[in-house]
Amino acid sequence: MMDINDLRGIQTLLVMIAFFGICWWAYSAHRKKPNEEASHLPFDDDEIDQRTREHEKTEKKR
Amino acid sequence: MSTVNPNLTYNYKVVKQFTIMAVVWGIIGMSLGVLIASQLVWPAVNLDLPFTHFGRLRPLHTNAVIFGFGGNVLFACSYYVVQRTCQARLFSDGMAALTFWGWQLVLAGAAITLPMGLTSTKEYAELEWPIDILIAIVWVLYGIVYFGTITRRRTPHIYVANWFFGAFIITVGILHIGNNLELPVSAFKSYSIYSGVTDAMMQWWWGHNAVGFFLTAGFLGMMYYFVPKQAGRPVYSYRLSIVHFWALIATYVWAGGHHLHYSALPDWAQTAGMVMSLILLAPSWGGMINGMMTLSGAWHKLRTDPILRFLVVSLSFYGMSTFEGPMMAIKTVNALSHDTDWTIGHVHSGALGWVAMISIGAIYHLVPKLWGVKAMFSTPLINLHFWLATVGTVLYIVAMWVNGIMQGLMWRAVNADGTLTYSFVEALEASGPGYFVRFCGGAIFLSGMLVMAYNVRMTIRQKDQAELEPSTAQAV
Repeated sequence: MMDINDLRGIQTLLVMIAFFGICWWAYSAHRKKPNEEASHLPFDDDEIDQRTREHEKTEKKR
Repeated sequence: MSTVNPNLTYNYKVVKQFTIMAVVWGIIGMSLGVLIASQLVWPAVNLDLPFTHFGRLRPLHTNAVIFGFGGNVLFACSYYVVQRTCQARLFSDGMAALTFWGWQLVLAGAAITLPMGLTSTKEYAELEWPIDILIAIVWVLYGIVYFGTITRRRTPHIYVANWFFGAFIITVGILHIGNNLELPVSAFKSYSIYSGVTDAMMQWWWGHNAVGFFLTAGFLGMMYYFVPKQAGRPVYSYRLSIVHFWALIATYVWAGGHHLHYSALPDWAQTAGMVMSLILLAPSWGGMINGMMTLSGAWHKLRTDPILRFLVVSLSFYGMSTFEGPMMAIKTVNALSHDTDWTIGHVHSGALGWVAMISIGAIYHLVPKLWGVKAMFSTPLINLHFWLATVGTVLYIVAMWVNGIMQGLMWRAVNADGTLTYSFVEALEASGPGYFVRFCGGAIFLSGMLVMAYNVRMTIRQKDQAELEPSTAQAV
């Protein structure tokens, strides 16, 4: 007979599988390039930032 | 994906508004903290008036610093970071403005109702039901603006900072609504729908995640953007940040039970809370190391850049308090620390050392960029603020450690015949010097905030004289 403790055991197993799955996915070779791209996102938008301020300046002059 | 709209601009207006109000509420909230700290040293400072009493001002202090200072910083930074890393304008300028005014209304409501003694008595959820409903509405709008912006992104990836902000918004929304289910009996009085130990468990499910998601996940989002940006290099390990995110959010929601050790809460739930708190050390330190290591090869910048120093020292305090927290969650340690000043010291090593310092670093990073000037008005003043903040925090937490451990030991001391060695009042009397040192630490920290307010004011003033030069803006 199954009881609540079996469910608890299964849940622990599922959470462990999910955790190791995430680790495996994050560290797998095919994610290397996308991860690197993503890590550069904070440095990719200076142009829009610049335009926003120029836009604000001209708005105020008008 | 990368078709860049040549007319795209960001909404900096709402970010500026939240940034200014963060400074304002930081000063209000911390002044209240210094005031109530002085009441513990000189009780007459409560003026014998009901609305200046410790019991009414203490929740106003916590609400003002958490939701006023912390909340405004989180709104400002999440709106800024989501736009910049998604290369998209906010989903709706109008809704974003509504979140700003709605949130200020919530805070004004807190500032009026709490001194009047209108409270639901739940820690960090003291506000009564009409304000709870307003918070829920503002929060849903916040979620729409935030996730709406992510759906409009022009980048293939969702940068890790946005995962943390997103988790913070969703979880705080769920917890706020879950914990504040209550039956109103009059305009400003309600009763929780939960009773007894269930109510306590719900309360600390919320209470600990006010720490875990409001004061940690959101600020980790800031860490993942502002540390790399200020250091001028991408985060140390992006893949570690993914594991960090999932491990942290999956663990934090279970830890609240440690607030109820040795209570009527079933033993297994207490133990689960303790074990989850211990596990939490791993993702917390994983994140801290990831932030710290981002500086590898750029450590020399710490010597000249006090903004970076704020960010890095905040991470050291984060590491310290996330070691202390799991330790205090161990039942036997908790038997000593529970209800003593050690808890208050722990909270402030997180709140002043981690949350406030990373927020201050982020504000110093943001203000020149938002107002289009090269740098803050005065870098020496940032440096001064850094030392005031550090000395203030250290004084505060050391005083509370000493007091807390002393109180715990005095309360548990028994004579050979089994009677208590010390009365409660003796322990309180012995805490006096520690309360004074705590007051000094808090006052020093607050003075740093006033230095920041001046510096921010002067920076905004000089924006017309010294416009940002494109060449320096590109330096990353």
